[in-house]
Amino acid sequence: MGAISSLLVLSWRNIWRNKRRTAITIASIAFAVFFATILGSIQKGAWDNTVDNVVKFFHGYLQVHKEGYSEDRTINKAFPLTEELLQAGSMDGIDGTAPRLESFALASYKQYTKGALVIGTDPTNEDKMTDLKNRLVEGQYFDKSRDEAMIGEGLAKYLNMGVGDTLVLIGQGYHGANAAGKYPIVGLLKFGSPELNKRMVYLPLSTAQYLYSADGLVTSLALIPSSREVAERLEPGLKSKLSEIGYEVEGWQDMIPELVQVRELDTIGAIVITMILYAIIAFGIFGTILMMTAERRYEFGVLVSIGMRRWKLALMVWMEIIFLALIGVLIGFLLSYPVVLYLHHYPITFTGEAAAAFEKFGTEPIMPASLSLSVFVRQVLVVFLVTAVLACYPIININRLKVVEAMRS
Amino acid sequence: MSVVIETKALEKIYSESKFPVHALRGVDLQVHKGEFTAIVGPSGSGKTTLLNIIGGLDRPTKGRISVGGVDIAHLSDNELIEFRQKNIGFVFQSYNLIPVLTAKENVEFIMLLQNRSKEERIRRTESLLNRVGLGDRMDNRPGEMSGGQQQRVAVARALASSPQFILADEPTANLDSKTAGSLLDMMLEMNREEGTTFVFSTHDSRVIRRARRVITLVDGLIDSDEIREQ
Ligand SMILES: Nc1ncnc2c1ncn2[C@@H]1O[C@H](COP(=O)(O)OP(=O)(O)OP(=O)(O)O)[C@@H](O)[C@H]1O
Ligand SMILES: [Mg+2]
Repeated sequence: MGAISSLLVLSWRNIWRNKRRTAITIASIAFAVFFATILGSIQKGAWDNTVDNVVKFFHGYLQVHKEGYSEDRTINKAFPLTEELLQAGSMDGIDGTAPRLESFALASYKQYTKGALVIGTDPTNEDKMTDLKNRLVEGQYFDKSRDEAMIGEGLAKYLNMGVGDTLVLIGQGYHGANAAGKYPIVGLLKFGSPELNKRMVYLPLSTAQYLYSADGLVTSLALIPSSREVAERLEPGLKSKLSEIGYEVEGWQDMIPELVQVRELDTIGAIVITMILYAIIAFGIFGTILMMTAERRYEFGVLVSIGMRRWKLALMVWMEIIFLALIGVLIGFLLSYPVVLYLHHYPITFTGEAAAAFEKFGTEPIMPASLSLSVFVRQVLVVFLVTAVLACYPIININRLKVVEAMRS
Repeated sequence: MSVVIETKALEKIYSESKFPVHALRGVDLQVHKGEFTAIVGPSGSGKTTLLNIIGGLDRPTKGRISVGGVDIAHLSDNELIEFRQKNIGFVFQSYNLIPVLTAKENVEFIMLLQNRSKEERIRRTESLLNRVGLGDRMDNRPGEMSGGQQQRVAVARALASSPQFILADEPTANLDSKTAGSLLDMMLEMNREEGTTFVFSTHDSRVIRRARRVITLVDGLIDSDEIREQ
């Protein structure tokens, strides 16, 4: 036994002097960690899922536009795919690019007409990026070599048309040119968001370029990152690099600011709940610490009398508290991990009104738990911060201890 | 014989309460190496106060106290702790020991604080526990030992630090008279055979009978100081 390791042994044995109190304290820490971890995992998982859904299925994580497009989304800001842009798409962490030409048009069939959002895109890349094929509910996926269209299920219903019917698109093309065309419907798509369902029209890129008299032009170039984390890492560099040559880069947070805001609010809510939980637990731990210090005054007095330096004594008590926290955190994790794992693989699924709320954001009505280490790490940090602060009490107490008074029983 | 403890006109006034208490009113005392001294006197006469000041646990209001030639009243708190650890062995009335450590570990603990080598710690611990008659109790915790046995471990611990003297405030107060007697016999033996200096307070007449020097305090002053030849 060295001097410090003997303190460790002492601390460890000391916490088992009052087994019942120790068990209660550990249990309360474990409960807080258990609860907070599950809450945090579901919360993070649900939002990751929502963001992934919304962003991945529709916007892509990174989009390049002509400068000013984000303020004024018009086809007149279309641009050619230059070498420089395509180079950006071949950098590390970017798996590919998906050029799109987007604009508005009136969609009509027989006597029905509705405003539509037309997306001209490369069928293969689009599927790679947004899993578009998975949204097909009827008919078949469009082919880039044919002038054909896929439309949202809701739009088809509104226009009272189906696969095999011919859709008419009328609108304004590049720099005021006339835009009109007829396209057979080959497939119907289903979007979680009713809004998208009623508005989306997909054409092969070249077909759309012809329709809008924008030969060789696109309104956006989506970069396909290997993951969201990669996208977030590359974003600042791309932004500054491409802005020099007249382009703007939008990250996913720029594209859906409302969602980002709601997520922040929700996250703050969860943090507040967790903080309240930890505050309650902290009072419990403090109670234990108070009793532990009060009932051992005489003992502390003996130890300082025989020549134990106060900092050693304080270190011993501090380690006792850290031991309690450590065991509590460990048990909390061991209990919560299976639950989190289960909820990751079998997410909570919503039905009815709640499901509708999810669908409004264009996402599936499920809340899968996140397995992200950051949730666990945050709990560890919070517990240690709380206990470290609480542990100041006995440290101060020991430093102020007057030996003679402590030992006068 | 060299002087281990020396006080000059030692006074202690407790002034925290409404009426200040003049617990020591000018104590002049010398304790030499190898003495076996009992401090006696009625309750409230100032025995504990005197021992606390001698042991560096409390500071005098006036007067001088030197231990081994060091003016301990002027040491800082940390210096005092260090000084006590190296120079003074303590035996208190009860609950001397760390309850979660065995007899062996309790004795070893003080030497750990002194950063002594492992071999020395083990050797001293075993010989001291054998010396106080607890060779077969080394691995018991205080809760598994009688009061007398616990006090013996406390004496062994006090000796383990190789102090200049051992200070004991009523070490037998919580023991029955037979156990108290045998603890005192053991202390006397240490004193005779190894020259260990003891200063202790007591109320017990049978304990007083064994002492070789008896200092009687009355109202914070030395009333008599009697050295007996044995
Ligand atoms: N912290 C204190 N504050 C005020 N008065 C005190 C304090 N400690 C001791 N006294 C008083 O000082 C006097 C001497 O007390 P002390 O404890 O030294 O006596 P004692 O001889 O050890 O008595 P006993 O035999 O009962 O242990 C008593 O009158 C006591 O009440
Ligand atoms: Mg007393």
